[in-house]
Amino acid sequence: MYTQGLDQAGKDQEAGAETPEHLEAFQKRIDAEEKIEAKDWMPEAYRRTLVRQISQHAHSEIIGMQPEGNWLTRAPSLKRKVILLAKVQDEAGHGLYLYSAAETLGVSRGQMVADLLSGKAKYSSIFNYPTLTWADIGAIGWLVDGAAIMNQIPLCRCSYGPYARAMVRVCKEESFHQRQGFDIMVSLCRGTAEQKAMAQDALNRWWWPSLMMFGPNDANSKHSAQSMAWKIKRFSNDELRQKFVDATVPQADFLGITMPDDALVFDKDSGHYSFGEIDWQEFMDVVAGNGPCNRQRLEKRNKAHNDGAWVREAAQAYAEKQAACAAA
Amino acid sequence: MSRDEAVIAYVLRLADNALILAQRMIELVTAKPELEEELANANFALDFIGQARMLYSYAAELEGAGRSEDDFAFMRDGNEFRNLLLIEQPNGHFGDSIVRQYLFEAFYVHQLDALTRCKDQRIAEIAARAIKEVRYHLRHISHWLIRLGDGTDESHQRVQASLDELWRFTGEMFVSDEVDVAIRDNLAGPDLEAIAALWKRDVEDVIAEATLQLPEDQWMARGGKQGQHSEHFGFLIAEMQFLQRSYAGASW
Ligand SMILES: [Fe+2]
Ligand SMILES: [Fe+2]
Repeated sequence: MYTQGLDQAGKDQEAGAETPEHLEAFQKRIDAEEKIEAKDWMPEAYRRTLVRQISQHAHSEIIGMQPEGNWLTRAPSLKRKVILLAKVQDEAGHGLYLYSAAETLGVSRGQMVADLLSGKAKYSSIFNYPTLTWADIGAIGWLVDGAAIMNQIPLCRCSYGPYARAMVRVCKEESFHQRQGFDIMVSLCRGTAEQKAMAQDALNRWWWPSLMMFGPNDANSKHSAQSMAWKIKRFSNDELRQKFVDATVPQADFLGITMPDDALVFDKDSGHYSFGEIDWQEFMDVVAGNGPCNRQRLEKRNKAHNDGAWVREAAQAYAEKQAACAAA
Repeated sequence: MSRDEAVIAYVLRLADNALILAQRMIELVTAKPELEEELANANFALDFIGQARMLYSYAAELEGAGRSEDDFAFMRDGNEFRNLLLIEQPNGHFGDSIVRQYLFEAFYVHQLDALTRCKDQRIAEIAARAIKEVRYHLRHISHWLIRLGDGTDESHQRVQASLDELWRFTGEMFVSDEVDVAIRDNLAGPDLEAIAALWKRDVEDVIAEATLQLPEDQWMARGGKQGQHSEHFGFLIAEMQFLQRSYAGASW
Protein backbone atom coordinates (compact mmCIF):
# COMPACT_ATOMS: atom_id res chain seq x y z
CA MET A 1 0.00 0.00 0.00
CA TYR A 2 1.24 3.43 -0.79
CA THR A 3 -1.59 5.32 0.81
CA GLN A 4 0.29 7.17 3.52
CA GLY A 5 -1.93 5.76 6.24
CA LEU A 6 -4.06 8.83 5.68
CA ASP A 7 -7.02 6.66 4.90
CA GLN A 8 -9.91 7.71 6.99
CA ALA A 9 -13.57 7.09 7.20
CA GLY A 10 -15.72 9.21 4.94
CA LYS A 11 -18.27 11.60 6.30
CA ASP A 12 -21.32 10.11 7.92
CA GLN A 13 -23.89 9.93 5.22
CA GLU A 14 -27.63 10.25 5.22
CA ALA A 15 -29.22 7.37 7.07
CA GLY A 16 -30.95 5.86 4.01
CA ALA A 17 -30.85 2.11 4.32
CA GLU A 18 -28.22 2.26 7.00
CA THR A 19 -30.38 1.08 9.83
CA PRO A 20 -28.68 -0.16 12.98
CA GLU A 21 -29.78 -3.66 11.96
CA HIS A 22 -28.05 -3.37 8.61
CA LEU A 23 -24.89 -2.00 10.14
CA GLU A 24 -24.84 -4.69 12.75
CA ALA A 25 -25.34 -7.45 10.18
CA PHE A 26 -22.55 -5.96 8.07
CA GLN A 27 -20.17 -5.85 11.02
CA LYS A 28 -21.04 -9.46 11.82
CA ARG A 29 -20.02 -10.51 8.34
CA ILE A 30 -16.75 -8.63 8.75
CA ASP A 31 -16.12 -10.18 12.15
CA ALA A 32 -16.77 -13.62 10.68
CA GLU A 33 -14.04 -12.86 8.10
CA GLU A 34 -16.51 -13.05 5.24
CA LYS A 35 -15.43 -11.21 2.11
CA ILE A 36 -17.58 -8.29 1.08
CA GLU A 37 -18.20 -8.33 -2.67
CA ALA A 38 -19.07 -5.51 -5.05
CA LYS A 39 -22.78 -6.27 -5.17
CA ASP A 40 -23.17 -6.71 -1.40
CA TRP A 41 -24.71 -4.07 0.77
CA MET A 42 -22.11 -1.92 2.50
CA PRO A 43 -22.16 1.27 4.54
CA GLU A 44 -21.45 4.35 2.46
CA ALA A 45 -18.51 5.26 4.69
CA TYR A 46 -16.94 1.83 4.09
CA ARG A 47 -17.33 2.29 0.36
CA ARG A 48 -15.85 5.78 0.42
CA THR A 49 -12.93 4.74 2.57
CA LEU A 50 -12.12 1.98 0.13
CA VAL A 51 -12.49 4.19 -2.91
CA ARG A 52 -10.10 6.68 -1.38
CA GLN A 53 -7.59 4.06 -0.32
CA ILE A 54 -7.63 1.97 -3.50
CA SER A 55 -7.50 4.98 -5.80
CA GLN A 56 -4.61 6.50 -3.83
CA HIS A 57 -2.87 3.18 -4.10
CA ALA A 58 -3.47 3.07 -7.87
CA HIS A 59 -2.22 6.64 -8.31
CA SER A 60 0.90 5.78 -6.33
CA GLU A 61 1.66 2.91 -8.67
CA ILE A 62 1.35 5.23 -11.66
CA ILE A 63 3.32 8.14 -10.23
CA GLY A 64 5.87 5.67 -8.89
CA MET A 65 6.76 4.76 -12.47
CA GLN A 66 8.39 8.18 -12.87
CA PRO A 67 11.29 8.11 -10.42
CA GLU A 68 12.27 4.65 -11.61
CA GLY A 69 11.57 5.35 -15.26
CA ASN A 70 14.08 8.16 -14.83
CA TRP A 71 16.93 5.60 -14.96
CA LEU A 72 15.65 3.30 -17.70
CA THR A 73 17.65 4.87 -20.48
CA ARG A 74 20.77 4.88 -18.28
CA ALA A 75 20.58 1.45 -16.66
CA PRO A 76 24.16 0.17 -16.47
CA SER A 77 23.71 -3.24 -18.10
CA LEU A 78 21.22 -4.87 -20.43
CA LYS A 79 20.18 -7.25 -17.69
CA ARG A 80 19.49 -4.39 -15.27
CA LYS A 81 17.65 -2.53 -17.99
CA VAL A 82 15.34 -5.48 -18.60
CA ILE A 83 14.69 -5.97 -14.88
CA LEU A 84 13.93 -2.29 -14.33
CA LEU A 85 11.70 -2.06 -17.39
CA ALA A 86 9.78 -5.16 -16.32
CA LYS A 87 9.38 -3.62 -12.89
CA VAL A 88 8.06 -0.32 -14.22
CA GLN A 89 5.71 -2.29 -16.44
CA ASP A 90 4.49 -4.25 -13.41
CA GLU A 91 3.70 -0.96 -11.65
CA ALA A 92 1.56 0.11 -14.61
CA GLY A 93 -0.20 -3.24 -14.34
CA HIS A 94 -0.75 -2.72 -10.60
CA GLY A 95 -2.27 0.66 -11.38
CA LEU A 96 -4.64 -0.98 -13.84
CA TYR A 97 -5.85 -3.72 -11.50
CA LEU A 98 -6.28 -1.27 -8.69
CA TYR A 99 -8.29 1.15 -10.82
CA SER A 100 -10.45 -1.83 -11.79
CA ALA A 101 -10.86 -2.83 -8.15
CA ALA A 102 -11.92 0.73 -7.28
CA GLU A 103 -14.34 0.79 -10.21
CA THR A 104 -16.25 -2.10 -8.62
CA LEU A 105 -17.22 0.45 -5.96
CA GLY A 106 -18.97 2.66 -8.48
CA VAL A 107 -16.33 5.24 -9.34
CA SER A 108 -14.97 5.55 -12.87
CA ARG A 109 -11.31 5.41 -13.80
CA GLY A 110 -11.79 8.67 -15.68
CA GLN A 111 -12.94 10.41 -12.52
CA MET A 112 -10.09 8.97 -10.48
CA VAL A 113 -7.54 10.02 -13.09
CA ALA A 114 -9.07 13.50 -13.27
CA ASP A 115 -8.67 13.82 -9.49
CA LEU A 116 -5.03 12.79 -9.74
CA LEU A 117 -4.31 15.23 -12.56
CA SER A 118 -5.95 18.15 -10.80
CA GLY A 119 -3.94 17.50 -7.66
CA LYS A 120 -7.07 16.72 -5.65
CA ALA A 121 -6.20 13.07 -5.08
CA LYS A 122 -3.18 12.04 -3.04
CA TYR A 123 -0.55 9.48 -3.85
CA SER A 124 2.31 8.22 -1.73
CA SER A 125 4.69 11.07 -1.03
CA ILE A 126 7.71 8.77 -1.29
CA PHE A 127 7.51 9.30 -5.04
CA ASN A 128 8.05 13.02 -4.60
CA TYR A 129 11.70 12.36 -3.87
CA PRO A 130 14.18 12.38 -6.76
CA THR A 131 16.24 9.46 -8.08
CA LEU A 132 19.67 11.06 -8.36
CA THR A 133 21.93 8.08 -8.91
CA TRP A 134 21.65 4.48 -10.06
CA ALA A 135 21.84 3.41 -6.41
CA ASP A 136 18.47 5.07 -5.87
CA ILE A 137 16.95 2.38 -8.08
CA GLY A 138 18.40 -0.21 -5.73
CA ALA A 139 17.24 1.71 -2.65
CA ILE A 140 13.70 2.09 -4.00
CA GLY A 141 13.36 -1.62 -4.69
CA TRP A 142 14.85 -2.57 -1.38
CA LEU A 143 13.19 0.01 0.87
CA VAL A 144 10.13 1.36 -0.92
CA ASP A 145 8.93 -1.94 -2.33
CA GLY A 146 9.98 -3.48 0.99
CA ALA A 147 7.78 -1.05 2.92
CA ALA A 148 4.98 -1.53 0.40
CA ILE A 149 5.07 -5.29 1.02
CA MET A 150 4.80 -4.79 4.79
CA ASN A 151 1.68 -2.74 4.16
CA GLN A 152 0.22 -4.92 1.44
CA ILE A 153 0.56 -8.42 2.81
CA PRO A 154 -2.16 -7.74 5.40
CA LEU A 155 -4.27 -6.20 2.62
CA CYS A 156 -4.42 -9.61 0.95
CA ARG A 157 -6.83 -10.39 3.80
CA CYS A 158 -8.73 -7.11 3.48
CA SER A 159 -12.48 -7.51 4.00
CA TYR A 160 -13.26 -6.17 0.54
CA GLY A 161 -12.88 -9.10 -1.85
CA PRO A 162 -11.85 -7.34 -5.08
CA TYR A 163 -9.13 -5.36 -3.27
CA ALA A 164 -7.87 -8.41 -1.40
CA ARG A 165 -7.63 -10.42 -4.61
CA ALA A 166 -5.84 -7.63 -6.46
CA MET A 167 -3.36 -7.46 -3.59
CA VAL A 168 -2.51 -11.16 -3.80
CA ARG A 169 -1.31 -10.67 -7.34
CA VAL A 170 0.41 -7.37 -6.60
CA CYS A 171 2.25 -8.74 -3.55
CA LYS A 172 3.91 -11.51 -5.52
CA GLU A 173 5.37 -8.96 -7.88
CA GLU A 174 6.33 -6.50 -5.14
CA SER A 175 8.39 -9.11 -3.35
CA PHE A 176 10.18 -9.81 -6.59
CA HIS A 177 10.88 -6.06 -6.91
CA GLN A 178 12.20 -5.95 -3.37
CA ARG A 179 14.66 -8.75 -4.04
CA GLN A 180 15.81 -7.16 -7.27
CA GLY A 181 16.37 -3.84 -5.52
CA PHE A 182 18.35 -5.54 -2.80
CA ASP A 183 20.38 -7.32 -5.46
CA ILE A 184 21.37 -3.95 -6.95
CA MET A 185 22.47 -2.83 -3.48
CA VAL A 186 24.51 -6.02 -3.05
CA SER A 187 26.31 -5.41 -6.35
CA LEU A 188 27.08 -1.83 -5.40
CA CYS A 189 28.22 -2.68 -1.89
CA ARG A 190 30.52 -5.42 -3.19
CA GLY A 191 31.78 -3.11 -5.92
CA THR A 192 34.24 -0.25 -5.96
CA ALA A 193 34.53 2.34 -3.19
CA GLU A 194 32.64 4.78 -5.40
CA GLN A 195 29.80 2.33 -5.87
CA LYS A 196 29.58 1.65 -2.17
CA ALA A 197 29.51 5.38 -1.44
CA MET A 198 26.68 5.67 -3.97
CA ALA A 199 24.76 2.98 -2.08
CA GLN A 200 25.31 4.68 1.28
CA ASP A 201 24.21 8.03 -0.13
CA ALA A 202 21.02 6.46 -1.49
CA LEU A 203 20.27 4.88 1.88
CA ASN A 204 20.84 8.24 3.57
CA ARG A 205 18.26 9.90 1.36
CA TRP A 206 15.64 7.11 1.21
CA TRP A 207 15.62 5.76 4.75
CA TRP A 208 13.51 8.40 6.49
CA PRO A 209 11.05 8.88 3.65
CA SER A 210 10.58 5.08 3.63
CA LEU A 211 9.64 5.16 7.32
CA MET A 212 7.17 7.93 6.55
CA MET A 213 5.40 5.63 4.10
CA PHE A 214 3.61 4.00 7.02
CA GLY A 215 1.86 7.24 7.85
CA PRO A 216 1.52 9.23 11.07
CA ASN A 217 2.14 7.72 14.50
CA ASP A 218 -0.82 5.82 15.89
CA ALA A 219 -1.50 8.57 18.39
CA ASN A 220 -2.07 10.97 15.48
CA SER A 221 -3.92 8.55 13.25
CA LYS A 222 -7.30 8.51 14.94
CA HIS A 223 -9.22 7.40 11.86
CA SER A 224 -7.39 4.10 11.60
CA ALA A 225 -9.63 2.61 14.28
CA GLN A 226 -12.64 2.41 11.97
CA SER A 227 -10.50 0.86 9.19
CA MET A 228 -9.28 -1.72 11.69
CA ALA A 229 -12.83 -2.51 12.78
CA TRP A 230 -13.80 -2.98 9.15
CA LYS A 231 -10.74 -5.17 8.59
CA ILE A 232 -9.52 -2.96 5.80
CA LYS A 233 -6.48 -2.43 7.94
CA ARG A 234 -5.06 -5.22 10.09
CA PHE A 235 -2.12 -3.58 11.79
CA SER A 236 -1.53 -0.03 12.97
CA ASN A 237 0.92 2.33 11.25
CA ASP A 238 3.44 2.03 14.07
CA GLU A 239 3.23 -1.75 14.18
CA LEU A 240 3.96 -1.99 10.48
CA ARG A 241 6.75 0.58 10.68
CA GLN A 242 8.37 -1.40 13.48
CA LYS A 243 8.16 -4.64 11.49
CA PHE A 244 9.82 -2.89 8.59
CA VAL A 245 12.66 -1.49 10.69
CA ASP A 246 13.23 -4.87 12.33
CA ALA A 247 13.39 -6.59 8.96
CA THR A 248 15.52 -3.98 7.24
CA VAL A 249 18.28 -3.08 9.68
CA PRO A 250 19.90 -6.54 9.50
CA GLN A 251 19.84 -6.24 5.70
CA ALA A 252 21.78 -2.97 5.92
CA ASP A 253 24.25 -4.70 8.23
CA PHE A 254 24.65 -7.44 5.65
CA LEU A 255 25.33 -4.80 3.00
CA GLY A 256 27.81 -3.01 5.27
CA ILE A 257 26.05 0.34 5.09
CA THR A 258 24.43 2.26 7.92
CA MET A 259 21.05 3.81 8.53
CA PRO A 260 21.28 7.59 8.91
CA ASP A 261 19.93 7.42 12.47
CA ASP A 262 22.22 7.83 15.51
CA ALA A 263 19.41 6.77 17.82
CA LEU A 264 18.94 3.41 16.12
CA VAL A 265 19.67 0.63 18.59
CA PHE A 266 18.59 -2.94 19.17
CA ASP A 267 16.57 -3.26 22.35
CA LYS A 268 17.19 -6.69 23.83
CA ASP A 269 14.22 -6.56 26.16
CA SER A 270 11.62 -5.92 23.50
CA GLY A 271 13.46 -7.73 20.72
CA HIS A 272 12.91 -4.73 18.45
CA TYR A 273 15.04 -1.92 17.12
CA SER A 274 14.23 1.44 18.58
CA PHE A 275 14.80 4.36 16.28
CA GLY A 276 14.91 8.15 16.20
CA GLU A 277 12.05 10.58 15.75
CA ILE A 278 10.74 11.01 12.23
CA ASP A 279 10.73 14.56 10.90
CA TRP A 280 6.96 14.92 10.71
CA GLN A 281 7.24 18.48 9.50
CA GLU A 282 9.00 17.19 6.37
CA PHE A 283 6.28 14.58 5.96
CA MET A 284 3.51 17.17 6.21
CA ASP A 285 5.36 19.49 3.81
CA VAL A 286 5.67 16.78 1.19
CA VAL A 287 2.05 15.70 1.63
CA ALA A 288 1.05 19.35 1.25
CA GLY A 289 2.77 19.48 -2.14
CA ASN A 290 6.16 20.86 -1.19
CA GLY A 291 8.41 17.87 -1.69
CA PRO A 292 11.33 18.04 -4.11
CA CYS A 293 9.36 16.61 -7.06
CA ASN A 294 5.63 17.07 -6.40
CA ARG A 295 5.19 19.62 -9.15
CA GLN A 296 7.38 17.78 -11.60
CA ARG A 297 5.51 14.50 -11.09
CA LEU A 298 2.10 16.03 -11.63
CA GLU A 299 3.28 18.14 -14.55
CA LYS A 300 4.66 15.08 -16.27
CA ARG A 301 1.40 13.15 -15.73
CA ASN A 302 -0.63 16.08 -17.00
CA LYS A 303 1.62 16.52 -20.02
CA ALA A 304 1.29 12.86 -20.97
CA HIS A 305 -2.47 13.10 -20.57
CA ASN A 306 -2.76 16.32 -22.58
CA ASP A 307 -0.34 15.21 -25.29
CA GLY A 308 -2.42 12.07 -25.64
CA ALA A 309 -5.77 13.84 -26.00
CA TRP A 310 -5.75 13.80 -29.81
CA VAL A 311 -4.82 10.13 -29.78
CA ARG A 312 -7.68 9.16 -27.48
CA GLU A 313 -10.06 11.28 -29.55
CA ALA A 314 -8.89 9.54 -32.70
CA ALA A 315 -9.40 6.10 -31.16
CA GLN A 316 -12.86 7.12 -30.04
CA ALA A 317 -13.79 8.56 -33.44
CA TYR A 318 -12.53 5.44 -35.18
CA ALA A 319 -14.49 3.17 -32.84
CA GLU A 320 -17.63 5.19 -33.51
CA LYS A 321 -17.13 4.94 -37.26
CA GLN A 322 -16.66 1.20 -36.99
CA ALA A 323 -19.76 0.85 -34.83
CA ALA A 324 -21.76 2.93 -37.33
CA CYS A 325 -20.53 0.71 -40.20
CA ALA A 326 -21.43 -2.42 -38.29
CA ALA A 327 -24.90 -1.06 -37.55
CA ALA A 328 -25.50 0.02 -41.16
CA MET B 1 35.52 -9.65 -45.40
CA SER B 2 35.60 -13.28 -44.34
CA ARG B 3 32.49 -15.37 -44.06
CA ASP B 4 32.57 -15.18 -40.24
CA GLU B 5 33.12 -11.44 -40.27
CA ALA B 6 30.05 -11.03 -42.45
CA VAL B 7 27.95 -13.11 -40.08
CA ILE B 8 29.15 -11.12 -37.06
CA ALA B 9 28.47 -7.84 -38.86
CA TYR B 10 25.01 -9.02 -39.83
CA VAL B 11 24.12 -10.24 -36.34
CA LEU B 12 25.28 -6.93 -34.88
CA ARG B 13 23.06 -5.02 -37.30
CA LEU B 14 20.08 -7.03 -36.15
CA ALA B 15 21.03 -6.54 -32.51
CA ASP B 16 21.61 -2.81 -32.91
CA ASN B 17 18.23 -2.31 -34.58
CA ALA B 18 16.55 -4.06 -31.68
CA LEU B 19 18.48 -2.27 -28.94
CA ILE B 20 18.31 1.23 -30.36
CA LEU B 21 14.60 1.01 -31.08
CA ALA B 22 14.06 -0.24 -27.52
CA GLN B 23 16.15 2.65 -26.20
CA ARG B 24 13.94 5.14 -28.05
CA MET B 25 10.83 3.36 -26.79
CA ILE B 26 11.87 3.45 -23.15
CA GLU B 27 12.37 7.19 -23.42
CA LEU B 28 8.57 7.19 -23.71
CA VAL B 29 7.83 5.33 -20.51
CA THR B 30 5.31 7.39 -18.47
CA ALA B 31 4.55 9.59 -21.50
CA LYS B 32 2.01 7.39 -23.28
CA PRO B 33 -1.59 8.52 -23.91
CA GLU B 34 -3.16 5.59 -22.05
CA LEU B 35 -2.10 3.22 -19.31
CA GLU B 36 -2.75 0.26 -21.62
CA GLU B 37 -0.21 1.75 -24.03
CA GLU B 38 2.35 1.97 -21.24
CA LEU B 39 2.02 -1.77 -20.84
CA ALA B 40 2.25 -2.44 -24.57
CA ASN B 41 5.23 -0.12 -25.05
CA ALA B 42 7.16 -1.67 -22.16
CA ASN B 43 6.26 -5.13 -23.37
CA PHE B 44 7.50 -4.49 -26.90
CA ALA B 45 10.67 -2.81 -25.67
CA LEU B 46 11.33 -5.85 -23.47
CA ASP B 47 10.97 -8.08 -26.51
CA PHE B 48 13.47 -5.98 -28.43
CA ILE B 49 16.02 -5.92 -25.62
CA GLY B 50 15.63 -9.67 -25.29
CA GLN B 51 16.33 -10.09 -29.00
CA ALA B 52 19.33 -7.76 -28.79
CA ARG B 53 20.78 -9.75 -25.90
CA MET B 54 20.51 -13.08 -27.71
CA LEU B 55 22.08 -11.55 -30.80
CA TYR B 56 24.93 -9.78 -28.99
CA SER B 57 25.72 -12.97 -27.11
CA TYR B 58 25.89 -14.86 -30.38
CA ALA B 59 28.09 -12.20 -31.95
CA ALA B 60 30.38 -12.41 -28.92
CA GLU B 61 30.66 -16.17 -29.30
CA LEU B 62 31.41 -15.94 -33.00
CA GLU B 63 34.01 -13.26 -32.43
CA GLY B 64 35.66 -15.23 -29.61
CA ALA B 65 37.44 -12.15 -28.29
CA GLY B 66 35.94 -12.29 -24.81
CA ARG B 67 33.45 -9.46 -25.33
CA SER B 68 30.07 -9.61 -23.58
CA GLU B 69 26.62 -8.38 -24.58
CA ASP B 70 27.26 -5.31 -22.43
CA ASP B 71 30.56 -4.60 -24.16
CA PHE B 72 28.67 -4.36 -27.44
CA ALA B 73 25.93 -2.18 -26.00
CA PHE B 74 27.93 0.10 -23.76
CA MET B 75 31.52 0.18 -24.93
CA ARG B 76 31.24 0.79 -28.65
CA ASP B 77 31.27 4.29 -30.07
CA GLY B 78 28.40 5.65 -32.10
CA ASN B 79 30.04 4.93 -35.43
CA GLU B 80 30.37 1.26 -34.52
CA PHE B 81 26.60 0.89 -34.26
CA ARG B 82 24.98 -0.43 -37.41
CA ASN B 83 21.29 0.21 -36.84
CA LEU B 84 19.11 1.76 -39.52
CA LEU B 85 18.66 5.53 -39.47
CA LEU B 86 14.90 5.02 -39.22
CA ILE B 87 15.28 3.31 -35.84
CA GLU B 88 17.18 6.13 -34.18
CA GLN B 89 14.86 8.96 -35.23
CA PRO B 90 13.61 10.93 -32.20
CA ASN B 91 10.24 9.96 -30.79
CA GLY B 92 8.27 13.02 -31.79
CA HIS B 93 4.59 12.61 -30.97
CA PHE B 94 2.63 9.39 -30.58
CA GLY B 95 1.94 9.16 -34.32
CA ASP B 96 5.61 9.62 -35.19
CA SER B 97 6.69 6.77 -32.97
CA ILE B 98 3.89 4.53 -34.24
CA VAL B 99 4.87 5.19 -37.86
CA ARG B 100 8.56 4.67 -37.14
CA GLN B 101 7.89 1.34 -35.47
CA TYR B 102 5.39 0.25 -38.09
CA LEU B 103 7.64 0.99 -41.08
CA PHE B 104 10.49 -0.89 -39.45
CA GLU B 105 8.56 -3.87 -38.15
CA ALA B 106 6.74 -4.33 -41.46
CA PHE B 107 10.25 -4.90 -42.86
CA TYR B 108 11.64 -6.77 -39.86
CA VAL B 109 8.92 -9.39 -39.92
CA HIS B 110 9.90 -10.42 -43.48
CA GLN B 111 13.58 -10.24 -42.65
CA LEU B 112 13.01 -12.57 -39.70
CA ASP B 113 10.80 -14.84 -41.73
CA ALA B 114 13.60 -15.33 -44.26
CA LEU B 115 16.11 -15.82 -41.45
CA THR B 116 14.10 -18.65 -39.93
CA ARG B 117 15.10 -20.60 -43.06
CA CYS B 118 18.76 -19.55 -43.13
CA LYS B 119 21.60 -22.04 -42.82
CA ASP B 120 22.97 -20.62 -39.58
CA GLN B 121 21.06 -22.54 -36.97
CA ARG B 122 21.48 -20.04 -34.14
CA ILE B 123 20.25 -17.16 -36.27
CA ALA B 124 17.34 -19.29 -37.45
CA GLU B 125 16.40 -20.12 -33.86
CA ILE B 126 16.59 -16.52 -32.68
CA ALA B 127 14.54 -15.43 -35.70
CA ALA B 128 11.91 -18.07 -35.02
CA ARG B 129 11.50 -16.77 -31.51
CA ALA B 130 11.56 -13.09 -32.46
CA ILE B 131 9.10 -13.38 -35.30
CA LYS B 132 6.29 -14.39 -32.95
CA GLU B 133 6.86 -11.25 -30.93
CA VAL B 134 7.13 -9.06 -33.99
CA ARG B 135 3.91 -10.40 -35.52
CA TYR B 136 2.14 -9.49 -32.33
CA HIS B 137 3.68 -5.99 -32.31
CA LEU B 138 2.64 -5.48 -35.91
CA ARG B 139 -0.97 -6.27 -35.20
CA HIS B 140 -1.02 -3.75 -32.39
CA ILE B 141 0.94 -1.06 -34.20
CA SER B 142 -0.87 -1.32 -37.52
CA HIS B 143 -4.17 -1.10 -35.71
CA TRP B 144 -3.01 2.17 -34.17
CA LEU B 145 -1.90 3.46 -37.56
CA ILE B 146 -5.34 2.70 -38.94
CA ARG B 147 -7.12 4.32 -36.00
CA LEU B 148 -5.02 7.44 -36.25
CA GLY B 149 -5.35 7.65 -40.03
CA ASP B 150 -9.08 7.03 -40.00
CA GLY B 151 -9.79 8.77 -36.68
CA THR B 152 -10.26 12.55 -36.57
CA ASP B 153 -9.14 15.16 -39.10
CA GLU B 154 -6.41 16.18 -36.71
CA SER B 155 -5.08 12.66 -36.21
CA HIS B 156 -5.26 12.01 -39.95
CA GLN B 157 -3.19 15.10 -40.71
CA ARG B 158 -0.70 14.42 -37.97
CA VAL B 159 -0.03 10.83 -38.91
CA GLN B 160 0.13 11.66 -42.62
CA ALA B 161 2.84 14.18 -41.73
CA SER B 162 4.66 11.49 -39.71
CA LEU B 163 4.57 9.17 -42.69
CA ASP B 164 5.80 11.87 -45.08
CA GLU B 165 8.58 12.81 -42.69
CA LEU B 166 9.87 9.32 -41.99
CA TRP B 167 9.47 7.88 -45.49
CA ARG B 168 12.94 8.98 -46.59
CA PHE B 169 14.47 6.62 -44.05
CA THR B 170 12.81 3.52 -45.47
CA GLY B 171 15.02 3.09 -48.54
CA GLU B 172 18.05 2.10 -46.51
CA MET B 173 16.36 -1.11 -45.37
CA PHE B 174 16.47 -2.48 -48.92
CA VAL B 175 19.90 -1.38 -50.08
CA SER B 176 22.09 -4.46 -50.12
CA ASP B 177 25.76 -4.18 -49.34
CA GLU B 178 28.50 -6.83 -49.11
CA VAL B 179 27.24 -8.03 -45.71
CA ASP B 180 23.70 -8.56 -47.00
CA VAL B 181 25.01 -10.27 -50.11
CA ALA B 182 27.25 -12.57 -48.08
CA ILE B 183 24.36 -13.60 -45.82
CA ARG B 184 22.09 -14.17 -48.77
CA ASP B 185 24.61 -16.17 -50.78
CA ASN B 186 26.40 -18.10 -48.05
CA LEU B 187 23.60 -18.72 -45.59
CA ALA B 188 20.51 -18.61 -47.78
CA GLY B 189 19.58 -15.40 -45.95
CA PRO B 190 17.05 -12.72 -46.91
CA ASP B 191 16.83 -11.40 -50.45
CA LEU B 192 16.25 -7.69 -49.90
CA GLU B 193 14.66 -7.14 -53.29
CA ALA B 194 12.05 -9.76 -52.59
CA ILE B 195 11.46 -8.31 -49.12
CA ALA B 196 11.07 -4.82 -50.56
CA ALA B 197 8.16 -6.07 -52.66
CA LEU B 198 6.50 -7.79 -49.69
CA TRP B 199 7.01 -4.75 -47.49
CA LYS B 200 5.54 -2.42 -50.11
CA ARG B 201 2.49 -4.63 -50.52
CA ASP B 202 1.84 -4.76 -46.75
CA VAL B 203 2.46 -1.07 -46.22
CA GLU B 204 0.17 -0.12 -49.10
CA ASP B 205 -2.61 -2.23 -47.62
CA VAL B 206 -2.36 -0.71 -44.17
CA ILE B 207 -1.97 2.82 -45.48
CA ALA B 208 -5.04 2.36 -47.65
CA GLU B 209 -7.05 1.04 -44.74
CA ALA B 210 -5.84 4.00 -42.70
CA THR B 211 -7.14 6.28 -45.49
CA LEU B 212 -3.63 7.75 -45.77
CA GLN B 213 -1.62 8.62 -48.88
CA LEU B 214 1.48 6.67 -49.78
CA PRO B 215 4.34 9.20 -49.94
CA GLU B 216 5.84 9.75 -53.41
CA ASP B 217 9.08 8.11 -54.46
CA GLN B 218 11.84 10.34 -53.24
CA TRP B 219 15.47 10.68 -52.27
CA MET B 220 16.37 8.19 -49.58
CA ALA B 221 18.77 8.70 -46.67
CA ARG B 222 21.28 6.00 -45.88
CA GLY B 223 24.36 5.43 -43.74
CA GLY B 224 23.13 3.74 -40.56
CA LYS B 225 24.15 0.28 -41.73
CA GLN B 226 27.64 1.64 -42.31
CA GLY B 227 27.86 3.50 -39.00
CA GLN B 228 27.07 7.01 -40.23
CA HIS B 229 24.33 8.20 -37.94
CA SER B 230 22.29 11.32 -37.25
CA GLU B 231 23.48 14.08 -34.90
CA HIS B 232 21.00 13.12 -32.21
CA PHE B 233 22.30 9.55 -32.15
CA GLY B 234 25.36 10.70 -30.19
CA PHE B 235 23.12 11.86 -27.36
CA LEU B 236 21.21 8.59 -27.30
CA ILE B 237 24.46 6.66 -27.01
CA ALA B 238 25.96 9.02 -24.43
CA GLU B 239 22.91 8.65 -22.19
CA MET B 240 22.74 4.89 -22.59
CA GLN B 241 26.45 4.35 -21.92
CA PHE B 242 27.03 6.91 -19.20
CA LEU B 243 27.44 4.60 -16.20
CA GLN B 244 29.59 1.98 -17.91
CA ARG B 245 31.81 4.69 -19.34
CA SER B 246 32.08 6.75 -16.16
CA TYR B 247 32.96 3.87 -13.86
CA ALA B 248 35.28 1.82 -16.02
CA GLY B 249 35.62 -1.78 -14.91
CA ALA B 250 32.83 -1.63 -12.31
CA SER B 251 30.25 -4.35 -12.34
CA TRP B 252 26.62 -3.62 -11.68
FE1 LIG C 1 3.48 -1.86 -7.39
FE1 LIG D 1 6.84 -2.48 -6.97
